[in-house]
Amino acid sequence: MSERFMARPANEVLQLASLRKSYNIGLPNETEVLHGLDLSIGRSDFAALIGPSGSGKSTLLNVIGLLDQPTSGELYLLGQATSTMDDARRTALRGSSIGFVFQFHHLIPAFSAIENVLMPLMLAQGKPDKTATEHARALLAAVGLEKYAHTPPTQLSGGQQQRVAIARALITKPALLLADEPTGNLDTRTAAEIFELFRRFNREFGCAVLLVTHDPRLSVACDRTINLVDGLIVSDTLNATLGLSA
Amino acid sequence: MTSLLRRLWVEWTIALNFLREGRAQTVMILIGVAVGVAVIVFVTALIQGLQTNIIERTLGTQAHIRLLPPDELNQVLPLAAGTVQLLQEDKRAQRLRSINNWQQVTAALDQLPILDAVSPVVSGPAFARRGAALESVALVGIDVERYQQIIPLRTYILEGQLRVGAGDALIGKLLADNLGLRVGDKLRLETGQQNNTVVNVAGIFELGVRELDTRHVYLDLKQAQSLLNLPGGITVIDLTVEDIFTAETIALQIARLTSLKAESWMATNAQLMSALTAQSMSTNMIIVFVALSVAFGIASVLSVSVVQRTREIGILRATGATRQQILRVFLIQGAVFGLLGSVIGIAVSYALVWVFNTFGPRLFYIPVPTSLIMMALLLATLTGLVAAAVPSRRAASLNPVEAIRYV
Repeated sequence: MSERFMARPANEVLQLASLRKSYNIGLPNETEVLHGLDLSIGRSDFAALIGPSGSGKSTLLNVIGLLDQPTSGELYLLGQATSTMDDARRTALRGSSIGFVFQFHHLIPAFSAIENVLMPLMLAQGKPDKTATEHARALLAAVGLEKYAHTPPTQLSGGQQQRVAIARALITKPALLLADEPTGNLDTRTAAEIFELFRRFNREFGCAVLLVTHDPRLSVACDRTINLVDGLIVSDTLNATLGLSA
Repeated sequence: MTSLLRRLWVEWTIALNFLREGRAQTVMILIGVAVGVAVIVFVTALIQGLQTNIIERTLGTQAHIRLLPPDELNQVLPLAAGTVQLLQEDKRAQRLRSINNWQQVTAALDQLPILDAVSPVVSGPAFARRGAALESVALVGIDVERYQQIIPLRTYILEGQLRVGAGDALIGKLLADNLGLRVGDKLRLETGQQNNTVVNVAGIFELGVRELDTRHVYLDLKQAQSLLNLPGGITVIDLTVEDIFTAETIALQIARLTSLKAESWMATNAQLMSALTAQSMSTNMIIVFVALSVAFGIASVLSVSVVQRTREIGILRATGATRQQILRVFLIQGAVFGLLGSVIGIAVSYALVWVFNTFGPRLFYIPVPTSLIMMALLLATLTGLVAAAVPSRRAASLNPVEAIRYV
């Protein structure tokens, strides 16, 4: 059914090499959370990252998203080594090639839905031009929210907010979409709809998706399942439904 | 400027949206800043108006600089070598005497561009007698045209005309009251040197200074010279300068130039000057402490705002905001507090000044100079920026991973 997944030779969006992450370095309670991970994510992978609580999933996601820095090892994003980058370059790379979707949708209440969607572009380029605004509108339409473009997030339901967050994550046409329990606090039907959105964008835009989830139904529906236990990758499988040759 | 605005567009947008969203906080701190700025602007304008008024009143009746002949000193013969001398010396009585070469000195001073007006005056003591009444007075011999530029006598004339010469004199109102004189009456002047004369009262003035109104008798230069037994001489040269606060410096320069004794109005009114300085100092203290409390108000509001917006800062960082952008978002908020608050404060202080000028005691007029407004705007904005520095740095240094989990 499944076998240890081997790193693909080319077309990686992301590559981890002996990546370690410790907290409280130099203190008596120093703990290593990630124990030397090697992992590759291809250009149009649709992968689930699963594992019990405390296994280091969120830490790994933050490190991959360049929000947090590894203690040692190297992280290549689109072929670029990131460990020696300064904050400004890491921020620029994060802004241009990674989209984030969090469990708690995390929109900025001071801005309308479409402004939230445009935020990554505004932060990188300043005042959005017509093309950018059209793009944002199209993304909102794609998640079924074109009517709510100028609604503040506080007046949207949880599922609607999460759709806006997905549109925001996609506005920069990122190579990698990271999602931390994106359906964690949604009901099953909404969760399924959100999942389908990820599926669709993976197919349509060819962006790699790495999805942290607790939900076995979701992970099975992904093309690939990476299982992290106590800071180690214990299995990395292609799911049978799509065949091993994918 | 526009390119700077364009580059800071997103920071501006975020800052203004944050301010709009935290409306209650924004309004309260704006009121705080406005009250502070209003107090600063109003107090500064009030004190400036008051001091200008006091100085104008003081200088309305005196020259900015007076040049006097140097004091006479005892001449001590040089000693033969190898001798020791014990000397007991009495100071010399300073007799009334003329300034040497005053025509040349006056002509030279007329050429100096730093001086507005030069007026040679002869002045000395005398008695004014009418019947059995006797008053001690100061005779002041003037060249009316020149003296008018130092003290605008014409504006102080109560009765009669501004006319000296050919036996005419101007006397003060209090002297006229004491001696029962009116315009056209005769007055006998005695200088104790067998030089007595009778003059005609051509005009009565009121300078508003008791000392001057009881004692000054203005005469023609020539008549005063002959009465005081100083034919062709003058005892004082009165000067005015453009900027009254440079009087002391210019007095020193002129003293070096002419080797005469130069007294500036600042030296002769040392008490007034120290009072004004003390007043300015206390005003400055008020300004500094009000500005400090405004700065701390802005800093504390922004500190609270950074804590409240921790999660949003994390989201912004995750969606591509750099530390610098976060820093600028909060710096801009501080600057906006300062700028907007001071605009409101200045409007309030204008209203206060208007009320004072219209309904107040009307002792003096308070002007609000544009420079003061500009300074207030600039200083308040800078204060806002500086006050925002600490909270902004904290916002910028937040760890995005922790910030995003913050509830």
